[in-house]
Amino acid sequence: MATITTEGVSHVANLARLEFNEEETKDFTEQLARILDYIGKLNELDTDDVPPTSHIHPLHNITKADVVKTSLPRDAVLSNAPEPEEGYFGVPRVIDTE
Amino acid sequence: MSLYQLTAHELHDKLKAREITAVELTESVYERIEAVEPHVKGYLTLTKEIALEQAGAADVGFQNGNEMPPLAGIPIAIKDVICTKDVRTTCASKILSDFVPPYDATVMTKLHQQGVVMIGKTNMDEFAMGSSTENSAYQVTHNPWDLETIPGGSSGGSAAVVSAGTAICSLGSDTGGSIRQPAALCGVVGMKPTYGRVSRYGLVAFASSLDQIGPFTKDVTDCALVLNAICGNDEMDSTSVDVPVPDFTQSLINDVQGLKIGVPKEYFAEGLDSEVADCVHAAIGELEKLGVSVEEISLPHTDYAIATYYIIAPAEASANLARYDGVRYGYRTEEPADLINMYKKTRSEGFGQEVKRRIMLGTFALSAGYQDAYYRKAQKVRTLIKSDFDAAFDKVDVIATPTSPTPAFKIGERTADPLQMYLCDVMTTPASHAGLPGISVPCGFVESGLPVGLQLLAAPFDEETLLRVAYTFEQNTEHHLQKPAI
Repeated sequence: MATITTEGVSHVANLARLEFNEEETKDFTEQLARILDYIGKLNELDTDDVPPTSHIHPLHNITKADVVKTSLPRDAVLSNAPEPEEGYFGVPRVIDTE
Repeated sequence: MSLYQLTAHELHDKLKAREITAVELTESVYERIEAVEPHVKGYLTLTKEIALEQAGAADVGFQNGNEMPPLAGIPIAIKDVICTKDVRTTCASKILSDFVPPYDATVMTKLHQQGVVMIGKTNMDEFAMGSSTENSAYQVTHNPWDLETIPGGSSGGSAAVVSAGTAICSLGSDTGGSIRQPAALCGVVGMKPTYGRVSRYGLVAFASSLDQIGPFTKDVTDCALVLNAICGNDEMDSTSVDVPVPDFTQSLINDVQGLKIGVPKEYFAEGLDSEVADCVHAAIGELEKLGVSVEEISLPHTDYAIATYYIIAPAEASANLARYDGVRYGYRTEEPADLINMYKKTRSEGFGQEVKRRIMLGTFALSAGYQDAYYRKAQKVRTLIKSDFDAAFDKVDVIATPTSPTPAFKIGERTADPLQMYLCDVMTTPASHAGLPGISVPCGFVESGLPVGLQLLAAPFDEETLLRVAYTFEQNTEHHLQKPAI
């Protein structure tokens, strides 16, 4: 298994849409390295022929009858939005006008 | 004895006989809250106005002589990770500080059908990530048995309020032990039902393949009553399993003759507090006297459960918590430069340290080049852990272990070292991987006066045998009758 560097932490932070200052990056690098070192004990086990478990019960696709039902009213859905705008979720401009 | 000290089933009898009213009972609980909540700090939100209204409605039913459900008029507290319509639901996170759900979780709909009285929303580790409730963005909850110690976590608030008498019962959620461990540390009964037994609709998702809702109660009878109310298949949660739900009160049988209990040697290894071990051994001895046969078993992959858990749970969490981006609900940063900057600042300002740590760990474990080495590997080890249990339940009916390796520890004692905190869950995560039902019942006290829990585990969907063994133990011992001095 891998070791993790400060560059690696910055890369993962970007993937997770988080940002850290230099000190936080250093702390996370140390903590994650220690945790990953502990997790490395899983390599003691030979799992080549073991199937993975993603779910405990043997469930397959669950489908519902295709029936129209009432959904939440728009006002209720927008009631928690930080910046609702004309019935939509408002966000900073994403299309460049230049 | 004051009303807040009684159990739900005792109170139901009094309500039914019209010796008391639900409004009197609710007021008794709020008086208790005024007296001790400033010390315990188990609640994030109190809903007194709603509670008195609900109590009034229950009283009308009782006064009219209607056949009332067992939880009608019973004051209950709800972990703040369960969506409650029109009542703030924060997950103890700054990122959801103003979130008011426009709908009820399925468990809430079911509880309201019973006519319960909702007292308030309880404190927890932020997004249920933690073992001490110290990761709340709002406050630290104190263990009623010793206010300088933690109540366990992540459902620490829900455990502490039942222990302190500031609720008659409560709901929590258990991903890697978050019901069972705080129940043990606060000296109450806590059950994680089989994965799929209770709908997760409206439970804010942490690790979707592990999360399960369950009750905290003062005794095993109340546990059965809350289970009866909340279990069942739900079309809103496709992972809730379509199996019949028995009447769990039929399992409250004071007899364990003929049952076999397995004691896994791996759970009594290094790291287990000797006083905790003594209490648990004594409890198993008591069960043996009551007629179970006890045999030592082995669950050889136990030692890998924590490492497996701290890949699978953070990986699922990193995906589930991607939704907190400042767009549709929750906190949004001020004056972002652009959209990506808004995501990053919103999340970095809104999440606490432990949540960020787990998102980082999970994102890493799922990132290109590492997914096979970490996430896939952990899923394979999960299979081995589950196979250990499958083999054990071919031989025994129930497995008995300590719930937590130590009693409650001091506030602040383990916050500096995340890995040490993770190891608190060593006794509870294995059963979580296998989706098993587990119950923690009070089984004694260490010399300092802190309670110890006995964890009982059964095969999937065999909550009935768990309740039977737990009930028999409780009826023949008095640990559950001890109350904190607070």
